[in-house]
Amino acid sequence: MTVAISARGLTRRFGAVTAVDGIDLDVPRAQIYGFLGPNGSGKSTTIRMLCGLLVPSSGTVKVLGYDVPREAETVRRKLGYMTQRFSLWDDLTVTENLDFMCRIYGLNATTRRARMEERIRDYDLASHADQRAGTLSGGERQRLALAAATLHDPELLLLDEPTSAVDPQNRRDFWENLFALVARGTTILVSTHYMDEAERCHRLAILDRGRIAAEGGPKQLARDIDATVIEIECADLTAARRALAAVPAVRSMAQLGNRLHVLMHRDAVEPERELGAAVSALCADARIERVGATLEDVFVAATQLRRAGVERAA
Amino acid sequence: MIWIDRLFAIAAKEARQLKRDRVTFGMIIGVPVIQMLLFGYAINFDVRDVDAAVLDQSRTSLSRQLVGDLQATQVLRVVHEAGSERELQKLMQRGDARVGIVIAADLERRLFEGDRSAVQLLVDGSQPSLEDLAQGLGSMPVLQRAGASAGGEPHFAIRTEYNPARRTAVQIVPALIGTILTMTMVIFTSGAIVRERERGNLELLITTPVTRGQLLAGKLLPYVIIGLIQTTLILGVGRLLFGVPMVGSLLDLYLGALVFIAASLALGLFISTIAQTQFQAFQMAFVTMLPSILLSGFMFPFEGMPEFAQAIAQVLPLTHFNEIVRGITLRGATLADMHVPLLKLVVFLVVMFSLAAARFRKRLD
Repeated sequence: MTVAISARGLTRRFGAVTAVDGIDLDVPRAQIYGFLGPNGSGKSTTIRMLCGLLVPSSGTVKVLGYDVPREAETVRRKLGYMTQRFSLWDDLTVTENLDFMCRIYGLNATTRRARMEERIRDYDLASHADQRAGTLSGGERQRLALAAATLHDPELLLLDEPTSAVDPQNRRDFWENLFALVARGTTILVSTHYMDEAERCHRLAILDRGRIAAEGGPKQLARDIDATVIEIECADLTAARRALAAVPAVRSMAQLGNRLHVLMHRDAVEPERELGAAVSALCADARIERVGATLEDVFVAATQLRRAGVERAA
Repeated sequence: MIWIDRLFAIAAKEARQLKRDRVTFGMIIGVPVIQMLLFGYAINFDVRDVDAAVLDQSRTSLSRQLVGDLQATQVLRVVHEAGSERELQKLMQRGDARVGIVIAADLERRLFEGDRSAVQLLVDGSQPSLEDLAQGLGSMPVLQRAGASAGGEPHFAIRTEYNPARRTAVQIVPALIGTILTMTMVIFTSGAIVRERERGNLELLITTPVTRGQLLAGKLLPYVIIGLIQTTLILGVGRLLFGVPMVGSLLDLYLGALVFIAASLALGLFISTIAQTQFQAFQMAFVTMLPSILLSGFMFPFEGMPEFAQAIAQVLPLTHFNEIVRGITLRGATLADMHVPLLKLVVFLVVMFSLAAARFRKRLD
């Protein structure tokens, strides 16, 4: 079996709000699968349904071959879950927290000692072993949370925005740890709203208002983007921006330093010429070139363009 | 054995956190001791030295003697001499006097004829337990002295069984065990689970293989021990400071207390399945606390309550526990003698725990 998680038509409603709207999902084993999406796009709700914390309003979920939520208790032995918020105990020390989680997972004394030693070493917690979790820094807490979630060597790790309170260096280290886990055969599902993190995933799903807007490997998504990406260098970017907004084929713009990053409709003919004409009156020496799409472009194209499409259709 | 190991892991973690939470830890010892001192010294149903005002319209040696006799009982202390009925009324209205003694001008004649009352006692009905006092004073032989035709002996001789000195502390302190346990147990447990929900710990815990039973029982275990410590504390202080006797078997008392503690914890647990925040939990705990204290027979005799209040009292575990405690500590009853209230406690425990377990789900929705 090569699929760790498969879901069909997964839906969850909270009263009148549909948080997750008919998601189909196939997460391959021993890979990092990312959920990229803004707040409120349904990332947490989906993860909570996958570990049996929330019951789907409709749809089916199989996690590691077991029906969830029916067989959630069995799955829980093979699953590690890192909540969005630090959820270990602030008033216990690093060692006490780890020891407690070991006991909860029913590890015997020998295994317990070995695992704790290993995790404390691997996640660089030795100098904080007797420190209360509440006094740790963001990065340390997050390493502790990961150590705790992997004590029982889970087959599947569900990480809900694990790096939202962590600085870039710690984020890099954290991802190194994730790749080490994947190398040992662990499947990881991680939600994020950072592009650079999404870029590191083997596969990812872009979530937008409860639906999957795009799905695939990051490279493939960038290649298959439903837009043309143009960058413009111009002296007066503010004026250029105003002028470009009037061009019908322009879907979105973002300023990057002294350049303007423009997403255009894919079927625009000679997009460079069209944009050049629009800004020629503002700056004579404008430099216009077609560039490769970034994951952010994919994200914008998948979410905003879809939204625009919805509005046009309405 | 993994099953029990997990339960103990939860209990040990809870105990460790409790030990570090200095305020809560202090409350475990502080609440019983402070309540004991407060209730033990302050609540006093034996009324003494009530301020009284005298309106002596007769002004004879007999009337002066009569006032002296009343003072000698130590129940009343004459603090004012009123010159007129109006002045007496004012004194009572202002609360300067709780009791007014009006001695008729023709005291001697009235006493001799015996068909009209010679002395009138005015009692401030706005104050609790003063009315009983008037009843008691009214039947005092002093008011019938001086050549009255009736004999000086009262018609009834009252002897109070089990608490011959009629000291309030003896009645109050045993009942305090239950009252204090109600306050601490319900609040502690309801808070303990809701706190983990608030801090997000519960979301992590319920995705582990830990079962509902392990989680709930493991959380309760440390509080059972705390409850027993508090019971010991109250008994000890009651004995040392108030000389409260322990007639029955100590083991019986502890067994009874154990059932009551479990019942209170189950109630706290049930509250924790409803409350979303610690503040809500505290309020709900408070809602159960007040009727417990008022209706359980701790303050007012159960028999005097209207039927609906009695019905409510029957649902409260404290009512039954007070019954058990007073039986064992003061009357020397055995636990077997107290099987009826004990059984009611057990029923409450089973029902509450089942309700809590049924409501507690390893889910967020």
